[in-house]
Amino acid sequence: MTVKDMVEKLGLSIIAGKEGVDKEITTGYVGDLLSWVMANAKAGAVWITIQSHVNIIAVASLINLSCIIVAEGATIDKETIVKANEEKIPLLSTNKNSYEIIKELIEIGIK
Amino acid sequence: MKLNFEVDGDEFILAGEASSQVKKILKQLGVSSEIIRRIAIAMYEAEINMVIHANGGKIEVEITPKKVYIVLKDTGPGIPDIDLAMQEGYSTASEEVRELGFGAGMGLPNMKKYSDDLKITSEVGKGTTVEITVYI
Ligand SMILES: Nc1ncnc2c1ncn2[C@@H]1O[C@H](COP(=O)(O)OP(=O)(O)O)[C@@H](O)[C@H]1O
Ligand SMILES: [Mg+2]
Repeated sequence: MTVKDMVEKLGLSIIAGKEGVDKEITTGYVGDLLSWVMANAKAGAVWITIQSHVNIIAVASLINLSCIIVAEGATIDKETIVKANEEKIPLLSTNKNSYEIIKELIEIGIK
Repeated sequence: MKLNFEVDGDEFILAGEASSQVKKILKQLGVSSEIIRRIAIAMYEAEINMVIHANGGKIEVEITPKKVYIVLKDTGPGIPDIDLAMQEGYSTASEEVRELGFGAGMGLPNMKKYSDDLKITSEVGKGTTVEITVYI
């Protein structure tokens, strides 16, 4: 499934990084501690987090994540948006919490 | 090939920039994605440490057909007990830094895990030098 398909199915808002929406999603990872995400998220994963500062884009880009979903409607910094566009990392937003969004990801077949 | 970077200690925002550039160059050189991943993780952790613990520093990266050798030098406060600092979960990071998701105390363990060779030399009050080697 591509990021675009997932966005449509779950009704997420694309905040930035539109150019990257054709990337394939392989699996998911949830976490707010950057070192754990770096070490454990697999390439192509959709990353669910409540962090929204610019360094999440560096993390996602360094380990080739497919996209980031910022949960709980957390406010996203302007720098994060600029960097997401630059790195073509789709930055998505939802008001749902991480648990609810993961449940939906599993329902649409992301394992 | 040799690359040099200055890491600004005040610019939290730019932290990771050097690691991102090295990753891009390694990709252009055709290095395998598994090796790039290991280098990216180890170097990013070391770069972040320079910013959150030592107010920035200098990075030198040497790329040969056999290995990538990264030296990160700072003139920060130094590490009094390296064995203690290497333990998973040990962190002296401030509450402010932790709220941003840094300071999980997994940086040095990750560097150790993802590099082939890790050397840390540090003197309290003088600074810290981290040397990371990953064989290609
Ligand atoms: N470059 C450095 N200068 C001074 N202290 C450092 C440096 N790198 C690491 N440390 C010390 O080692 C501890 C553990 O580092 P690390 O495993 O990366 O965890 P974290 O960065 O999450 O605190 C840090 O909390 C800090 O006390
Ligand atoms: Mg660290």
